[in-house]
Amino acid sequence: MVMEIFWFIVLMVMLGIYVILDGYDFGAGIVHLFFAKTEEEKKAVTNAIGPFWDANEVWLIAAGGVLFFAFPTLYASAFSGFYLPLMLVLWLLIFRAVGLELRGQVHNRMWEAIWDKAFGIASFLLALFFGAALGNVVRGVNLGMVENGVSTQEAHYFFLALWNPTFDPLAEHQGVIDWFTLLLGLVAVVTLTIHGANWIILKTSTDLSQRLKKVIFKLNFVLLALVVTSACLWHYVKPFPLNNLQTHYWLWIFPIIGAIGLIGLFRINKFKKDSTGFLFSSLFIFGSFATTIASLFPTLLPSTNSVNPSLTVHNVAAHEYGLSIGLSWFIVAAILVVVYFIIQFRVFKGKMDDVGYGEH
Amino acid sequence: MEDMILYNRLQFAFTITFHYLFPQLTMGLSLMIVYFKWKFLRTKNEDYNNASKFWMKIFALNFAMGVVTGIPMEFQFGTNWAKFSELTGGIIGQTLAMEGMFSFFLESSFLGMFLFGEKLLGQKLHFLSGLMVFLGSWASGFLIIATHSWMQHPVGYEILENGKFVLNNFSALFNNPWLWPSYLHNQAGSLVTSSFFVAAVGAFYLLSNRHSRFGKIFVKSGVVFGVISSVILAFPTGDWAAKNVVKYQPATFAAMEGIFETEKGGSEIVLIGQPDMENKKLDNKIAVPNVLSFLTYQRWDAEIKGLNEFDESIHPTNVPGLYYGYHIMVGLGTIFIGIMVLASFLLWKGRLYKTKWLLWILMFMIPFPYIANTAGWYTAELGRQPWLVYNLMRMVDGVSPTVSSGNTLFTLLGFVGLYLLLGLLFLLLVLKIIRKGPEATKMALK
Repeated sequence: MVMEIFWFIVLMVMLGIYVILDGYDFGAGIVHLFFAKTEEEKKAVTNAIGPFWDANEVWLIAAGGVLFFAFPTLYASAFSGFYLPLMLVLWLLIFRAVGLELRGQVHNRMWEAIWDKAFGIASFLLALFFGAALGNVVRGVNLGMVENGVSTQEAHYFFLALWNPTFDPLAEHQGVIDWFTLLLGLVAVVTLTIHGANWIILKTSTDLSQRLKKVIFKLNFVLLALVVTSACLWHYVKPFPLNNLQTHYWLWIFPIIGAIGLIGLFRINKFKKDSTGFLFSSLFIFGSFATTIASLFPTLLPSTNSVNPSLTVHNVAAHEYGLSIGLSWFIVAAILVVVYFIIQFRVFKGKMDDVGYGEH
Repeated sequence: MEDMILYNRLQFAFTITFHYLFPQLTMGLSLMIVYFKWKFLRTKNEDYNNASKFWMKIFALNFAMGVVTGIPMEFQFGTNWAKFSELTGGIIGQTLAMEGMFSFFLESSFLGMFLFGEKLLGQKLHFLSGLMVFLGSWASGFLIIATHSWMQHPVGYEILENGKFVLNNFSALFNNPWLWPSYLHNQAGSLVTSSFFVAAVGAFYLLSNRHSRFGKIFVKSGVVFGVISSVILAFPTGDWAAKNVVKYQPATFAAMEGIFETEKGGSEIVLIGQPDMENKKLDNKIAVPNVLSFLTYQRWDAEIKGLNEFDESIHPTNVPGLYYGYHIMVGLGTIFIGIMVLASFLLWKGRLYKTKWLLWILMFMIPFPYIANTAGWYTAELGRQPWLVYNLMRMVDGVSPTVSSGNTLFTLLGFVGLYLLLGLLFLLLVLKIIRKGPEATKMALK
């Protein structure tokens, strides 16, 4: 019981770190696609993330491993149920990485143009998909694939098409993409664009940084509007999402942190330190991610039918012995990860303009 | 259902085969790069530092390919083999999660420093960061093979009423008798690939009369690493691994050796022949009497059970595939030893750099260690069939229940197309790096 909750927190912290870290990579990709004009600016963007994206992506792999180990039933159910979108995400991750790594290997305009686009578009779509993924978790799925009140599969299995013709989140045969999940996808795209722009401001010093501050200021209005809209529609798709927060008042810390991050960003032009903007967009991401998780807890994947129960922390966890023995190696590993992080941070502190990423 | 299993198996086999082309080079190459760097620190000879930088570029490209093709592997347990993941996740999830936590963080944190940090770190710390990358990649191999070993020879588990496998002994996962022989055998295989690769590039430089100083360094270190690793590959590691198969998977052993009938007075070792599954015999065989008995039990007349003695329900699903995989691996392994022993003899005599015919052979050997490693893995995996978890869980019971065969075929085709593109790009870029040569190498920092 305690172990399940411990591993739940570990998993969510790892996912949260992943979203904040790889999130700025996706955001940088989107900035690269839409706002970086000159060769120098494009270089600045890839320099800012080049030495980091691989380490950032490790958080996804490691979180995947922890999910597999601690909540095997959820891992099996969600990964097979979201088969198609996950495969698309895998392919996009490949394009993102390949675009970034191969761009500088050949000095040829066409070659660079192709990989610029591959990197930018893949980053954009990844942001959209990860937002939509969160939307799917919030909305829930038809566990057991119930038809006319009868399960056609085991209670915890399902399969989702990419979309259905109505794009209605409340339709009987749901799709991964409907107007609600798409809206959350847009929220993710705008959030991560701002986040990535903040990272570029933090890590580089070209003219792009000045322009990006203006972009962030404008996009923040869009983000605020999107957040308010999606919160209202959330209520329509899934009523009373804040149940947990009404019973546990301390959980309000998360939406408050998110709000501080969002509102703070309106002062982007007044920040004295280049790191302040990144701090605020990280706060917003952390706050909104944690709010979502906290409002669902202990549910991990809601069921949209009344026949089969939702998947919760308790009914998908691995056996007690495995979970507690995992604790011992996890503590060792986590300490090591912190040590690596500190070393890496000290080696690569400061601006990255001169790192010459991808030049050979 | 048949289609569904077929496409799932094909997709996993295709993606893992392609994926393992990259780690098998990087694991061995990381050790060789660390060696070059160490040699530079010892001798202060800039050539060794440039050699290490040159191989780092090839390493970085391979590493990136390994990462992007590796993530689909971790996902596919859940996407395509959901039932298997659900039932065994409490056990194999341990080792897979440990791989993420212990090795991927280590590798990725220090790889960035190794690639971009020479100026920032100074030479000694730069060497250390290389060592960390090496450790990370070998730890990753260890934890993956620990996972593999549990599927081949399950230990430390109990099965609950609902069919779930539950871990009851954590240390058993690492004391698994299957683990160490497989791991060492695999790492030797990885070193063989990288030493042949390094030697082949060196041979190319010597034969084409370019970058000859580096050609000599590469041929020399490739041959020295190569002769040690190809011998270790056969004895003792290959021998240990084979003895595990005899002990724990006797039907698999009979099938891979091509022994259909139990022979009184000792079994022959089959060198060549084609399994005829309809008549349960081996056609056109060339074999040496009694050698297999001796190799297996150190007695010329020891009895080895033939495949026909085992019930057909536990026969490996694809006996000819298993047999060929094993024989290709062993045949090539023997050739590797021959070439490398000869080359190191000539190196010792100081004649290798001028012996053109052997340099040509070294150059053209590039693909064969890849083939041998792949064939070896096919032997292990086909040998486990029809089981997912040996003797406990069959293939058919492990697939994702809700993913239709049409969807699997869609993603299989997608992977084939995408990886074809990746493979072409990879070849193009590796050839470009090799053509440019180590002298043109200036690493990232200006």
